[in-house]
Formats: sequence, C-alpha cells, structure tokens
Amino acid sequence: MDFLNAIILLLNYTIIPALSYGSQLALGAIFVTLIYGVLRFANFATGDMMSFGTMFAVLLTFYFQSLGINFGFLPTALLTIPFAVIMMILYMLSIDKFVFSYYRIKKSPPVVLAMVSVGVMFVTQAIIRIIIGPFDRRFLDGEKFILKATEFKEMTGLNEGLTIKSTQAITIVVTVIVVSIMFWFLNKTKTGTSMRAYSDNEDLALLSGIDPKKVVLLTWVIAGILATVGGVLYGLDKSYKPFVYFNNMLPIFAAAIVGGIGNPLGAFLGGYVVAFGEILITYAYKKFFTYILPESLEPNSLMQLLSTDYKFAVSFSILVIVLLFRPSGIFKGLRL
Amino acid sequence: MKQYLNVVTAYMIMFILIILVGIFQSWSQALSILNYCLISAVMTIGANIQWGYAGLINFGIMGYTALGGLAVVLVSVAPVPEAWKAGGINMIGSLGVVVAMIVSIRYILKKIQKSKKRNYLIAGIIVIGLLLIRLLAGPGIESIEAVNPAKTGFLGGLGMPILFSWIVGAFFAGGLAYIIGKIALGLRADYLAIATLLIAEIVVSIIKHEDWLARGVKNVIGLKRPVPYEIDLQTSPWFISLVEKFNSGKLKVIDTLSERQDLLNQLVIDASSVYVKLCMAGLFLTVVIILLIVTQKALYSPWGRKMRAIRDNEEAASAMGKNVVKEHLLIFILGSAVVGLAGAMMVTNDGLFTPGSYRPMRYTFVIWVMVIVGGTGNNFGAILGGFVVWFLWVEAAPIALFLINFFTAHLPETNALKVHLIESAPYFRFLMIGTGVLLIMRYRPQGILPEKIIKQ
Repeated sequence: MDFLNAIILLLNYTIIPALSYGSQLALGAIFVTLIYGVLRFANFATGDMMSFGTMFAVLLTFYFQSLGINFGFLPTALLTIPFAVIMMILYMLSIDKFVFSYYRIKKSPPVVLAMVSVGVMFVTQAIIRIIIGPFDRRFLDGEKFILKATEFKEMTGLNEGLTIKSTQAITIVVTVIVVSIMFWFLNKTKTGTSMRAYSDNEDLALLSGIDPKKVVLLTWVIAGILATVGGVLYGLDKSYKPFVYFNNMLPIFAAAIVGGIGNPLGAFLGGYVVAFGEILITYAYKKFFTYILPESLEPNSLMQLLSTDYKFAVSFSILVIVLLFRPSGIFKGLRL
Repeated sequence: MKQYLNVVTAYMIMFILIILVGIFQSWSQALSILNYCLISAVMTIGANIQWGYAGLINFGIMGYTALGGLAVVLVSVAPVPEAWKAGGINMIGSLGVVVAMIVSIRYILKKIQKSKKRNYLIAGIIVIGLLLIRLLAGPGIESIEAVNPAKTGFLGGLGMPILFSWIVGAFFAGGLAYIIGKIALGLRADYLAIATLLIAEIVVSIIKHEDWLARGVKNVIGLKRPVPYEIDLQTSPWFISLVEKFNSGKLKVIDTLSERQDLLNQLVIDASSVYVKLCMAGLFLTVVIILLIVTQKALYSPWGRKMRAIRDNEEAASAMGKNVVKEHLLIFILGSAVVGLAGAMMVTNDGLFTPGSYRPMRYTFVIWVMVIVGGTGNNFGAILGGFVVWFLWVEAAPIALFLINFFTAHLPETNALKVHLIESAPYFRFLMIGTGVLLIMRYRPQGILPEKIIKQ
C-alpha cells in the first residue's frame, strides 16, 4: 500500500506536471528548431511570438465569452486557436516580408539575423503591451479538474490523492495531435520532404527545383501553428503574462539545443528532458521516502537536491553540460 | 579634422539634448540621465570590445553586471561579526572543499590518461564534494540568515572603500568570463549567444537566492558613497554660501527675510542633489575617458590589428600562426571585466543592490542595441550608442505621450482609444528601440558612426 502511495505521490507532483510542462516546452522547441533548420538563425523573438499568438486567443476568448459562446466543459480558448493561428501566421509572414527576407536574400551571416530578431523581439513586445497590457490574465473556463484528489482517495482508498487538471490533459492530448500531424507532414508528404531537403542542403535543394519561397512560407505557417498552440496551452495551464512568456524563451532554447538544434524530433524530446530535469531535481522527496523506507530510516531533511528557486537554473545547467560533452545534442543522429 | 566632424556633431547633438532636459524638466533629472548614459557607455565599451574587435556575441552582459554589483556589496559593506561567528567557519570550510575539488580534478586531468576510470573518478569527486558542501554549508547558512534577518542576515563585506570595489568587480566579471570562455568559446556564434544568455541567468539566480551572500532579493541598501551625502552638504556653511552666491539675483528680488530663508533652503536642497550627481558624473567621466584612451590605443596597436584580422578571417589568421583560441579568450575576459566595472559603477550610483532587478531585457538586449546603433568596432560610436539609446529609453514615455496627445487632439478626453493609448505610453519605448534597431540594421548596418580603419 505504501508503495502505491509513493507512486501516486510521484505521479501527482512530478510526472504529470512534468509531462504537461514538457509538452509546452516541446512545442516551443520545435518552433525554434524549425526556424533554425530552415531559415538558419536563432530566433530571439520566440517567446514573444508565442505570446503574440496567445494574446489573440485571450482577446477572442473574452469576446466569445461576451457573446455567450462556449465549448462545453472544454475551455473556450481551444475554439479560438484557429483564429489566433491565422493572425499569428499573418504577423509572422509580414515580419518575414519586411524584415527577414532582405537578409535572407543578401545571405547575411546567422549572427546578423539573430540580432535582427532581437529588434523584432522589442517591437513584438511593444505591440503586445500596447494592445493587451503587461498584466496577468487568466482565461481558463470550463471544467477545471478531470480528477480531484478527494474523489481519487475515495475511489481507491489510498492516502495520497491524484489530481489531474483538465489543462494538463488537454496539453498532452493537443501536443500529441499537433506533433504527430507535423511529423507526418514532414516525413510522409512531398512538400514536407522538400522542406527537409532544403534544411539539409540549400543549394542541392534549389538545384532539384524546390521553390525556396514555398519552403519559407510553409516554415512560417508551421511555426505559427506551433507557437500559438504552445503559447495557448501554457497560458491555460498557468496564466497569460507577457513577461513570463519572454522568460520562457530561455528553457525553450535549452530544450532545442539539448535535443540538437535543427532536429525536430530531438527538440520534441528535449522539451521533456528539460521539464523532467527541472521538476525531478527540485522536488522534495521527503514524503516519498517516508512511504518506501522503513520507519527507522525515515529522513528528517527535505531530501531536495536543489531548492525550487533554482528551477530555471537547472534547465540551463543541463544545457551547459550538454554543450560541454555533446554540443550537437543528446539525440545526435536520431532522425525519423 | 574633417574626419572627426561627424563624431563631434553627433556628440554635440547629444549634449544639447541633455541640456534641453535640464531646462525643460529639471537639472537633477538631466544629470541622472547623464550618469546612466556614462554607465551605459562603459557597458557598451565592454560589449564593443567583444563584438566589434573580435566578433564574439556575448549575451551574458546581465551576469557580469550583477557580479560587478555583488562586488560592491562584498567589498564596501561593513562585515557582520555575529554572522561570521555563527556560520563563518562553515562557509570557509565549504570554500575549502570547493578549492580542494578543483585542485584534485585538475590533478586527475593532468595525471591520468583519458579513460572511463578518469570520468568515474571526477564524477565521484564532484558528488562527494557536493555532499560535503551541503553538510557543511547547510547549518552555516541557516545560522547566518537567522542573525537579525530584517537588517543583515548575511556575512557582510570587508568594509573597504567603495572605489576599490570597482576594480574587484572587474576582476569578478573577468574570472566568470574565464570560466564561461573555457566552456563556451568553441561554439558557433549563435550557440555562444544562447549559452552566455543562459549562464548569465544561472549567475543571477544564484545571487538572487543565496541570501547569506548578499541578502538575495531582500536587497542591500544604504551602500557607501565615494561622494558627499546630501544631508551633510545641506548643513555645511561653505555650500550654503556657494548656493547663495549662485542665486543672488533670485534672492535679491524677495524682500521679507523669512521668505528669502525658505527659498534659500529649497535652493540648497535642490543644489545638493545636483552637486552629488555632478561629482558622480565626474567620476564616471574619468572612467569613460581612461577606458576610451586605452581602447583606442589598443584598437590601433598591432594587437588591435591582429584582433581585426581574426575577426574578419579566422582561418587565415590561424594559418598565419595567430592563436585564435587564446586571443578570443583574452578578449572575452577583457570585455567582460569592463562590463563588471560598469555593474559596480551602477550599484555605486544607485546606492543599493537589488538582485531582483537584473533582467535580460534591460541588461543584455538594451546594451546590445546600444552597440549596434552606435557603431560596432568604433569606440566613439559605441559610447554614443550608449548615450542615444539610454536617452531614448528614459525619454521615450514623455515623447510618446506628447505624440499621442498631438495626434488624438481632436478626440474627446474620454475616448476609449485615447485613454488606452495614454495608459500604455511607457511601452512605446520598446517600439521605438525595436524599430530603431531594425532600421539601423537595414539601412546603416555599421551603426551611426561606422568603424574606421586607419591605414598606416
């Protein structure tokens, strides 16, 4: 019984939160990696682009709520995602047309493009703050929990409760759907293959008649979908605050590099590596050990490797270690 | 002389702008802007050494700035004897463990061939060392933080003069840069950018959460000053008579004695803050001028030519027998040390150390914008960039407010759009800076004052 309690404890406080947080990071990391692989620069506007897409979802959610439209027990925000994605893609394409395409045609070094993306970051932040303001906004409605701790305790008779928030389940399900469609597209369709070819070797791809404009357009479309969906899921799970989204860029970058930048599957897994690393290292295992160890061995300290203050620092340390020992990512050579 | 004309004009415009702030807002405000401009200028010199001379992207400016600030606390604050008594031995013990770990790992790296055994040994040393540190430092930290937590709760500093901490700050930042450089300098340019950004975050989060070191987010206030305090000035007769002399015209107009005394008091209070800021500005200006002379000399020395050669064509320089790795590391350390110096200057100027305020937006990206806007590879340009961008950063909100009022003048006061825009006026600074960067990158990629190569 104690053993089961211990397992449920871990599931409740580490595994389920890590899975949902990891999914949110994974979507962002694939976004970073796609831009890096196809357009060849590190996009420092990542966090703010995700925030931009989410902003439309938040505004539309409020609008829909005022109209009385809802999505039953699911959050209304899910209904607004398609519209938000369209706005996001339009924004990305116009930025590409007015800003990035010039440097791409000129074949500027990636560093210059990264600097330009810093400029885009500033502008995007300004637009977001002018439109919606810098405040914290919650836009989750519908059913909050799928499974409540008390219900679970009654059902099983265990001491530990298992809580599954609806946002966690939605995050995981939506991520699985979006990512599998994306991988199917990249690997099984002709357009997807041409995108990968362009990312592997630009000149060769051009020679074989791949239209670079189409590839760039498609990249931004996929990136727009990933950014918006990732941003909305994060916002539903926690809350929407522009500053937090900017900061999220950092673990997302860590995830993308840990997975080997330019490699979508690596980025996907990298998101979970970072999330599990953060949560497992900063979790206090005291209760867990009280369950599985005999009473005489019970620990009196918190059994915490690092305090939760260092949550972000953990993911960055993972990144530093990876950079030191496997600069091309831990999933090197892993391809679908 | 003609070739310096654009430099002189650009600086003149900047100077006039600051004077205009003095006339229209207040002299105290103008001087605070000037002080921050000077500090930003030091930071941009640091970033420019790395980016302009050597083409290294360092997005870790925030980390070095914070370390420079930490140095001020550790050097100038008076030590807290109770805290040292409570946990000093533990902390020194942990420091000893860290040193022992480093020495033994270095020894193993030197003596034992690369093998699995060596990796296991190193991993073992690290794990045992960390456990030891936890055992030693844990109780120490607890007892240190328990000593008068509202006021101290940390070990305090060495109680030395604050100007000395500027040098220490530079050394701290240089030391961190040495470690980061060893880890990350072999990476591609944009990898390096991301890695330094994240390492800086780690540094700041350590400073934020290790309360025994510098009180963390509880902030250290009331730091020493290298210049007189306002209160002392307001009571010293020479200062009052000086203010009287300066404002004799204003004072003569007033007839009654009590009113004249009130005005004089007010003038003395205003003048004392201006005087303090002027002293600070003088100190900062000295630093900027010294740095400018040194960096100019370095840039046009054989060493500077070597650095440019490495920047422009790494492979060719390497083929000519230049040690690219070593030079990169050196310049990485030098640039970071200058940024650390700026961090120490900034904390001295503010008189308080607030680890919570170190955010990448303000301390990394804005500094980079300064370097790009001003002119990469040109020290005069970098300093000008610091001035221009900081000026915009501070004055953007008033400018935006003015423009909004101007363009929405025909709308009624209660118009929703107008109210919303006026409320979001502070965020127009991001828009101005962002568009500025994009325009400069597109139409003048070399910055306002481009790099000049003098051919001898």
